[in-house]
Amino acid sequence: MLIDYLPILVYFVIALGVAVGMVALSEAVGKKTHSTVKDLPYECGMVPVGDARSRYSVKFFVIAMFFLVFDIEAIFLYPWAVVFKQLGLFGLIEMAIFIIVLAVGLAYVWGKGALQWE
Amino acid sequence: MQFLLAEGARLGLSLIGVISLVAVNALFLIWMERKVSAHIQLRPGPMEVGFHGALQTIADALKLIGKELITPEDVDKLIYLLAPIVMFLPVLVSFLVIPFSPTLLIRDLNVGVLLIFAFSTLTVLAILMAGWASNNKYALLGAIRSVAQNVAYEIPLLLTAMSIIIMAGSFQPSVIVAQQGLVWNIFVQPLAFILFIICGTAETNRAPFDIPEAESELVAGFHTEYSGMRFAIFFLAEYTNMFIVSAVATIFFLGGWQGPFLPPVVWFLLKVYALIFLMMWFRWTFPRLRFDQLITFAWKILIPLSLVNLIVTAFVLKLVR
Repeated sequence: MLIDYLPILVYFVIALGVAVGMVALSEAVGKKTHSTVKDLPYECGMVPVGDARSRYSVKFFVIAMFFLVFDIEAIFLYPWAVVFKQLGLFGLIEMAIFIIVLAVGLAYVWGKGALQWE
Repeated sequence: MQFLLAEGARLGLSLIGVISLVAVNALFLIWMERKVSAHIQLRPGPMEVGFHGALQTIADALKLIGKELITPEDVDKLIYLLAPIVMFLPVLVSFLVIPFSPTLLIRDLNVGVLLIFAFSTLTVLAILMAGWASNNKYALLGAIRSVAQNVAYEIPLLLTAMSIIIMAGSFQPSVIVAQQGLVWNIFVQPLAFILFIICGTAETNRAPFDIPEAESELVAGFHTEYSGMRFAIFFLAEYTNMFIVSAVATIFFLGGWQGPFLPPVVWFLLKVYALIFLMMWFRWTFPRLRFDQLITFAWKILIPLSLVNLIVTAFVLKLVR
């Protein structure tokens, strides 16, 4: 059974080799010259002020957490989707309850104003 | 042993085919993009090199290969060099399961579509790596926006795809195509098609969702600090992503390779490029969204609609049978 997926791994390894090869080849070929100005980060010709890796207020952090929850729920739904036709009425009702719980969760989050951008 | 060798040779050959397809597709799409945008704005576009500028992108690509690779001083070297590879790898792997015709495909896996979804998510990681490693304010802003965008489009994309999976009962692309023998899914699931195209446009970072790049505000977004071949790899991956998203949409909604008279491969490519044309058309029709607008739009409209679509599909399927 697992042997069926072996081609994915083989293909992945070859593709990785190709991708690395492309970058490495372009790295090896061609001259490189350095100068102080050239090595600066490009900011439209202005001299960069400070370091770019400063703190940034990620305002969508709460939404990102909901994303994790919903993404995992979506993963749970996938096996159900594949065997849906074999499951019968039981599977439908059970998953309908699951999806409704999901929807109620979304409605709650929405009502609490968490989707609101400050 | 012999089996393994044959298998390896087959995969190697297919990879050569895939790489040539990726290259030719990107060259063609860049030309097509310039022509489409030119004609929408009532100008001729590239005309000098070759017939109606058909060889222009080849000239551009040759110039790009010859360009010097500049590595700015303060970049995070390892991540900076790894980002183009992480970007390009999923693009190659996705072709493993895309069926161009009943016979012209590398592997008909029963997890096919899931594989494409799983690998296409890596693109966001590559963008985040590129943006963070560059030590450039524009690049970092682009990377953060890209994550915000992913948080917005990923769930509706998965949920709309699921309503098709339920109907076919499989992730296998050939099964999904065969299920549309009589009626294409676009007529059965018009809402899902619209949602999928919206999310697909967002996934490929195309306007109106080109928020991570936003050339008019962020220079070039996450790939500002990449030059020469490294930039070319990002560009290549981007245009191939358009192809992959359109191919998945074709498999899901437009009946894949099916069609009268013409050979299956021609039908498949025709449908894919028609969808790509649609995405290019979007670019010159809709203004760019802000990323908070996109998140609000996705969570308040796309996700509820896709949930409703999923549950209605499930009930209708049970009622019909």
